[in-house]
Amino acid sequence: MTHSKRIRTTLVAGVGALGMLALSACAADTGSKSASDEITLTVPSWVGARANAEVAKVIMEQELDVKVELQQLDEPVAFDALNNGKADAILEDWGGSPKKEKLYVEDKKTIVKGGDLGVVGHIGWFVPKYYADANPEVTDAKNLNKFVKDFKSANSGEQGEFLGAAPSYTTYDEHLVKNLKLDLKIKETGNEAAQIKEIQQKYRDKQPFITYWWDPQWLNADIDLVEVKLPAYEEGCNVPETATDCAYANTPLQKYLNADFAKDGGDAAEFIKNFKWTTEAQNEVAKAIAKDKMSGPDAAEKWVKANKSTWEAWLPKK
Amino acid sequence: MSAAPNPVFQKTDRGPRDTAAVDDTTTAKVDAPDGAAPGPWARLVGNPRAMLLVAAVLIAIVSAAVTGSGAWPADLTVDVRSPLDDLNRWLVDNRTTHPLFLYFLLHISNTAESSVDGVLSVLESLGFIGVTVAAVLIAWYAGGAGLRRRALRTAATALATFAVIGLLGMWEPAMETLALMVVAVTVSAIVGALLGLAAGLSDRCQRVLRPVFDTMQVLPAFSYLLPFVLLFDIGIPSVFVATVIYAAPPMARLTALGLRGADAAALEASASLGASSWQRLVTARLPLARKQMLLGLNQTIMMCLSMVVLASMIGAGGLGDEIFTALSTVDVGLALPAGIAVVLLAIWLDRTTAAAGEQLEDPAAGRPAKWWVLWPGIVAAVAGGAVLGAVLGRKEWPEAWTVAISEPVNTVVDWIERELGSGVPVLGGTLTWSEGFANWVINPVRDALLATPWWALLLVAGVLALRTGWRAVVTVVLSLAAIGAMGLWDRSLDTLSQVLAALVVTLLLGFGIGILAARVARVERVIRPVLDIMQTMPQFIYLIPVIALFSGGRTAAVAAAVVYALPAVVRITTQGIRQIDPSALEAARSLGAGTGQQLRQVQLPLARPALQLAVNQGVVLVLAIVVIGGMIGGGALGVDVVRGLAKGDLGLGMTAGIAIVCLGLLLDRISQPSAAAKERALA
Repeated sequence: MTHSKRIRTTLVAGVGALGMLALSACAADTGSKSASDEITLTVPSWVGARANAEVAKVIMEQELDVKVELQQLDEPVAFDALNNGKADAILEDWGGSPKKEKLYVEDKKTIVKGGDLGVVGHIGWFVPKYYADANPEVTDAKNLNKFVKDFKSANSGEQGEFLGAAPSYTTYDEHLVKNLKLDLKIKETGNEAAQIKEIQQKYRDKQPFITYWWDPQWLNADIDLVEVKLPAYEEGCNVPETATDCAYANTPLQKYLNADFAKDGGDAAEFIKNFKWTTEAQNEVAKAIAKDKMSGPDAAEKWVKANKSTWEAWLPKK
Repeated sequence: MSAAPNPVFQKTDRGPRDTAAVDDTTTAKVDAPDGAAPGPWARLVGNPRAMLLVAAVLIAIVSAAVTGSGAWPADLTVDVRSPLDDLNRWLVDNRTTHPLFLYFLLHISNTAESSVDGVLSVLESLGFIGVTVAAVLIAWYAGGAGLRRRALRTAATALATFAVIGLLGMWEPAMETLALMVVAVTVSAIVGALLGLAAGLSDRCQRVLRPVFDTMQVLPAFSYLLPFVLLFDIGIPSVFVATVIYAAPPMARLTALGLRGADAAALEASASLGASSWQRLVTARLPLARKQMLLGLNQTIMMCLSMVVLASMIGAGGLGDEIFTALSTVDVGLALPAGIAVVLLAIWLDRTTAAAGEQLEDPAAGRPAKWWVLWPGIVAAVAGGAVLGAVLGRKEWPEAWTVAISEPVNTVVDWIERELGSGVPVLGGTLTWSEGFANWVINPVRDALLATPWWALLLVAGVLALRTGWRAVVTVVLSLAAIGAMGLWDRSLDTLSQVLAALVVTLLLGFGIGILAARVARVERVIRPVLDIMQTMPQFIYLIPVIALFSGGRTAAVAAAVVYALPAVVRITTQGIRQIDPSALEAARSLGAGTGQQLRQVQLPLARPALQLAVNQGVVLVLAIVVIGGMIGGGALGVDVVRGLAKGDLGLGMTAGIAIVCLGLLLDRISQPSAAAKERALA
């Protein structure tokens, strides 16, 4: 008796829950959003990119009355999200996924270019200043093999250890080490936070290290790194990837928009196309977030208050 | 029955049942505690399998010393990456046009997405008052309703959970996570129950499904996120499907177990009353299996929760997203509130289902009021809460009611890093240990593995698996060969060396703590909540502290794995030792055995099946964290999976994922309790 009652209770509860699910699914379908009152921006894991997104969000929500959703997505998958309309724009692309760029932008035309962000990205190999001062020769890749013993670690054995980039980042290090015949072993640091923590630790203890690093990057305000000279970049020297034997190119960072959004996105799309600021401005916001541990919205708000003239130019012309 | 039952946070679903199987040979020894057993050498010589193992190991060592390098021969590799890359391209090209997608996968994808959206909008429209009222009342109902202690306690847990989540400023992401959870748990439970029904009622289904469930359990979740990303694209749908696949097996396994374990007498009685097999199922077998099914549901919920957090890498949003974002600024203080929210959700769900289980177990403790009185009451109260929120204009958690804990947390974390990293006098601090561990433990293991010829390793693995049975030998040898054939031999052995190091540390610590906890009740009380937290805290959180303490790298990866796998090992060990027949211990005591002797000669031998299970769980859990290890500098297969996922490179990520699975199968089969013991436990 009690058993059957319990089963009935369970059944009723189950049917109720399912019914609610079904109902709510219907409700969700009817409330579809119109093109420009709610948009999604992708945010990759580095702080500079978060600064772009937070600032864009604050201005768009305050001035254009557009609700902005920020979605954490690494650069390569962000292209997929733009392609299928799950996200509307990438604000900072470092050119790390040429294959996807070609597929979606040139072949399928589901993504369109949104112009320069105004910030120029630079990737390279770096050593700490205290070490470069003591060993000036280390700043040329040709001499690196002489310093291998200083970079040795438990992980790298007899080879020198090279702190590598996060898995999703643009990197040719593996091929560079091979093609320049360097006695270095790349340590796969696994993610940016891990790499930063390790650099901070070594820097505090004044240990020698060599790492993949880049600008703009908030940590550069805290630590002094000196770039190691790699053979100069020439157009095409990293094609194919495996033949790379040259430095990284300077990359004017790019914006990309979902094609439909670019066409029908109205004010929001126009604002994103107009969004263009400087490395210094980005670093200011990034540093507020990363070093001063402000929340993203607070840091953006602060910058927006102080730089009205800059962002007013981004607003769509009435 | 005042205390809540042992929380079931562990990933295992083999259940404590295995511990019931006690080897006859070990009981024999108890009768003669003073070493009447033959000496170790004599025993070894008398055991052909042990001799075989010794021989195999000797061959391996000698051949390693002679050749010095055991690389897998290049002509025995198969190119699996090119076809995978082709498949990858085909998927991307056809995702929007091919009928398979248009008429099948896209429907799954859209349904998943709109259900999650729907639940989220329901939660949002209820407002924070409505959601809290609903959670508290459901918990209260699960606890038996009324004014009994159990009901009030579960309700209080729910209230505290949601209040703290709100206070920490995590309300919005927590609702996103909860919405995904509701849908994923519902579907996982239904799928699991149906599969369990099939496996429980038909022997053939059971035979087919059991290896499938076994494999699901050793599969690291990360490695199958990628194919789903390609099939369903990034975002909710792939997270949803991966979660269902990850979380359904425990439900299925425990349902089957419950159906099979039904009391024969009860079934007999029901049959003799002339019930048809369908009636028997509905009126006898299913009700009798309720308790196991609820336990399965509990584990399914926990697994859903851990997966939902992991999936932030492919755009699931919610709490995982908060944690991941905080990590980009190396900000533990910012990541912690989200981590706490996850733990609280887990505790709330665990206590609620556990209370429902207790309620089922002793219905005599008082029947709740009639459901047709209670349910409308609950619905009305929730609606009332929602309306109240709307009237007050407070649907979202008010910002003024939040407490920022990030600054003090960061201060503490900084202090720990600074003081423990290198500042400890004499001992040198964790950084020095980290280097020592890499130099003296991981490197020698890796070098030895790499130096051993591939055929010798296959031989040793095969012989090791012999204890479990011939089928295990075949599985083990094939797994290892598959790794070689994919061209991942060196990288896999690198990962294997880390896994082995982590396993040894986990087992040493786990057995030690477990035995202590079993003997001293106070220790167990103190460590239980710590273990709960260790196991439910999303792994991303301890990424940064672990790097800070051990410097990124393989030692850090090992440390993360130990933290994750330790609780289960401790728990199973404690339980196993506790469950020993007290009369055996009493007998030993009366013969004047000291504490050490009792432990060595009675408790440990008798708890052997439990310890074996602990080893097996240790293996599974350590492997589950290899990918996280890759994210903090462990390199090898872990980082390949992450790179494959991040770059959408199926060829890279999938092969590395398969290699991890092969390692998992290998270690799982080797460490499994022997076939006979397992049959006895699972029969």
